[in-house]
Amino acid sequence: MSREIICECGHKNPEGTILCEACGKPLTDDQSSKELLNMRYEGSARRSQTYSRTPIDKIWNFFSSVKVGITLIILVLIAIAIGTIFPQDVYIPAGADPKTFYKEQYGVLGEIYKTLGFDHLYGSWWFVILLGLLGLSIIVASIDRFIPLHRALRNQKIVRHDRFMKKQRMYGVTETDDGAQIIDKARIALKERRYNIREDNGSLLAEKGRFSRWGPYVNHIGLIIVLTAGMLRFFPGMYTHEVLWLKEGETAKLPGTHGEYYLKNHKFILETYNQNNKQYEKSLKRAGTVAKNYQSNVTLYKTSDHHVLGAKPELHKVEDAGIRVNAPLEFNHYQVFQADYRLNEFNKMSFKLTNKKTKKSFGKLSVDLFNPKKEYDLGNGYRVKLIDYFPDFYFNDKGEPASKTDVPENPAFIFKMFTPDHPKGEVSFVAIKTNLEPLGKNDYKMTFAGVETKNVSGFVIKKDWTLWIFFVGMIIFLIGVGQGMYWNHRRMWLQRQGNTLVFAGHTNKNWFGLKKDIRFVVEKSGLSEPVDRLEQKSLEKEREIQA
Amino acid sequence: MTAVETSSLLLLVSFILYTLGSIVFTVSVTGKKFRQKGNESAGKRLGRVGFIITIIGFLSQLGYFFFRWDADGHVPVSNLFEYTTFFSMMMILAFIIIYILYRNNGVGVLTLPIAVVVIAYASVFPREVEPLIPALQSNWLKIHVTTVALGEGILSISFAAGLVYLLAVIDQSKASKKTFWLEFVMYSLVATFAFVIISFAFQSAHYQQTFSWVNEKGNQAKLVYHMPAIAGPHDGTKIGEGFGPLFEAPSWMNGVEAPRKFNTVIWSILGGFILYWIIRLILRRRISAAFQGVLKNINSPLMDEISYRAVAIGFPIFTLGGLVFAAIWAQQAWTRFWGWDPKEVWALITFLFYAAFLHFRLSRGWQGEKSAWLSVIGFVIIMFNLIFVNLVIAGLHSYA
Ligand code: HEM
Repeated sequence: MSREIICECGHKNPEGTILCEACGKPLTDDQSSKELLNMRYEGSARRSQTYSRTPIDKIWNFFSSVKVGITLIILVLIAIAIGTIFPQDVYIPAGADPKTFYKEQYGVLGEIYKTLGFDHLYGSWWFVILLGLLGLSIIVASIDRFIPLHRALRNQKIVRHDRFMKKQRMYGVTETDDGAQIIDKARIALKERRYNIREDNGSLLAEKGRFSRWGPYVNHIGLIIVLTAGMLRFFPGMYTHEVLWLKEGETAKLPGTHGEYYLKNHKFILETYNQNNKQYEKSLKRAGTVAKNYQSNVTLYKTSDHHVLGAKPELHKVEDAGIRVNAPLEFNHYQVFQADYRLNEFNKMSFKLTNKKTKKSFGKLSVDLFNPKKEYDLGNGYRVKLIDYFPDFYFNDKGEPASKTDVPENPAFIFKMFTPDHPKGEVSFVAIKTNLEPLGKNDYKMTFAGVETKNVSGFVIKKDWTLWIFFVGMIIFLIGVGQGMYWNHRRMWLQRQGNTLVFAGHTNKNWFGLKKDIRFVVEKSGLSEPVDRLEQKSLEKEREIQA
Repeated sequence: MTAVETSSLLLLVSFILYTLGSIVFTVSVTGKKFRQKGNESAGKRLGRVGFIITIIGFLSQLGYFFFRWDADGHVPVSNLFEYTTFFSMMMILAFIIIYILYRNNGVGVLTLPIAVVVIAYASVFPREVEPLIPALQSNWLKIHVTTVALGEGILSISFAAGLVYLLAVIDQSKASKKTFWLEFVMYSLVATFAFVIISFAFQSAHYQQTFSWVNEKGNQAKLVYHMPAIAGPHDGTKIGEGFGPLFEAPSWMNGVEAPRKFNTVIWSILGGFILYWIIRLILRRRISAAFQGVLKNINSPLMDEISYRAVAIGFPIFTLGGLVFAAIWAQQAWTRFWGWDPKEVWALITFLFYAAFLHFRLSRGWQGEKSAWLSVIGFVIIMFNLIFVNLVIAGLHSYA
């Protein structure tokens, strides 16, 4: 097992320790010879700096290196930056084929982009692996530093080794007969600055903001939670994302809710800003129509708990609501969003059966374009059969009528009209602005008698368990960053050796702030002002250059 | 006077005061010549004057903000003019905070002129009062945008301080890669200013040139240029007589009105070049060399410290606004908290970049010059997201 290093103060340090955890005495030769101590992680024994024999050691050392960590961060950064050069596959125009789109649109570069998976970057295996490595690096680097640092700070003693004191960046000695009084005044001043003070045998350790040292570890935990949430999204069931197009007046099962909820769309409203609006007059003139509100007025229903499979569900009203952009309907962890709309979609078309010569009409029928009836009895021996229906009509390659989609964009009908004079029926082909008689001349025709349109709301239904994990992760991240950035760990040591007072100060960051505190203490207590030896060094260097 | 007019006037006042403040801070750091009373504190006193001018300018801009709010009927951060102006205001606020913490005049020498350029830049965009589209009608608009702008404002102070550092320490006696890039940064600021001048020149001449082209949605449309077309739209036809185009914009520039914006960039680069050489001929040396003369007495380690501190303060604020609040709002408005939209991705890039910055500084000991260069790159990324992503890369966010 590992060897221990026993310091002259009696403290047992783990192998690899650079500065004694208790008294701070430099335990390695290179630290003894330096003018200033390297105070990073208190000179504690980090695994990565101590062992490098086994493969596990090597892997550990690799991932705990900040150089590697920064490299990974930069790689992710570059990858996602490249990912914005051309659109991601989810953002290419609807109907475009991703296989050919990039090549056609962007040429060779587009093809390379697509081949390397940049079109689908965030789900591509190498990007996910990159994130995994980043996460691993964060974890390893944090453990490598946190544990020894925590140990060292817990074990630190108030009285420090002479050489520890001498090699601090802020260092000063005061010769005085009146040491006790100066220390008393310093203690009061430090208390005023809200330092925690511990004393041992006339020596004093003032410390403040130690918790800020844990900031980086807290924020890294937050990041790991965020990364985990991101990975969870690859598992089914962590979130649902469903789309529902619902016509005005209709009720439908909300997809993704396991048949538990139904939604009725009463009305879709599109409001625009009034062009005569004084306030926005100028910009409306430039921009034209500007939408003010998209809203679906709906009612939410819940099915009864004990409903039999297959039977028509019994619906209980939960609430009436207006779903708007930025104001989704929320219930039981679900969110229903106003995501899209189609205005004035054909819903029903009506026709009259008329005699071509006399122009006399023998009744009217209305075809539901989504669910057409096969037969329409107009009474008095007049009836019409719908033989064929094409919601989105066009002529296919063979020159036959066909339908592109199921959406009634361009409806066409083949009717057979039965009348007392033609009991076998006459065939009529009717489409928008078309009225053909494919089987010879007819005496009757179907004349267009109006269309009923309806608005359709596009809803998105969501339930997302990862949302909260992300959120909590980010909050922890921010708490950690705040903890490490807005506070600093400052320490001052004051020791009395006969008629000499030795003073040293250290902070993990923001030396400007520490110096302000020191100046305050110096002024109140009568200590001699310590020097910033780093600054002094660079000043001396500058003078040398000038001389 | 209407609320809009009042707000414009107040903005103009702050613009003038910041310009004045720039001069005062610059003089305050040169020190020597103005030590006429023979005491050290002349610079300090001037610095205080500069600070007071800045405060008054800030209050005036705050006045702009609230009058504009009144005129808009919503918080005025919803188009490029308003957002960019607000960003400059947050930059000044960040400067005020940093000044109170450090009492240092050096940062002011560059922060104020940069704010001036940013306001001028903002004013080029349409300034009419606009209604909010449904996606923007949310309290999260206020919260998200203001926090982002504040974070970016503070991060910009890091840039200003870093730039002062570089101008002060980089050896200007001989040309090198460093002097080139530093000069390039100065050129970019000049080019931005040139852009403003050119825009206002053509605006006041009411220059117009219309093209018909197929826009980003695949529809036949008209595209109106307000500057002579050097780069015309891809496969566009000019309607009527007039200059240009000399060539066509590449087809992949598919943001909203991208060819027009691309044309503007070309004008700015050319105009910047001319303006830069005029300045350079007057100074008879590199602009950065001229600045070095001014910044001789700067405490450069303190600049380094301020540059870092600004990142330390700005990074969490930016993260809160640009990632957390952004995600909460995106969930409400677009049904998903994160969608890899270009603007979102560039916010994440900014975040990652400053994370790398902090790690470099912390563990690799990148202080001083290296750190200052990083703060310059950070600012470039922020500007890229503010300007370029809207220009070249279309996304949900490109509201201008
Ligand atoms: C997106 C990824 C990351 C973010 C946002 C992040 C964020 C941070 C922040 C804000 C700090 C505090 C910095 C300071 O106090 O100045 C920090 C410290 C640190 N980070 Fe990261 N980090 C990330 C990834 C990594 C990785 C991959 C490593 C692995 C090597 C790493 C290692 C460290 C270390 C060693 C510290 C210093 C801890 C200390 O002072 O004791 N970080 N990180």
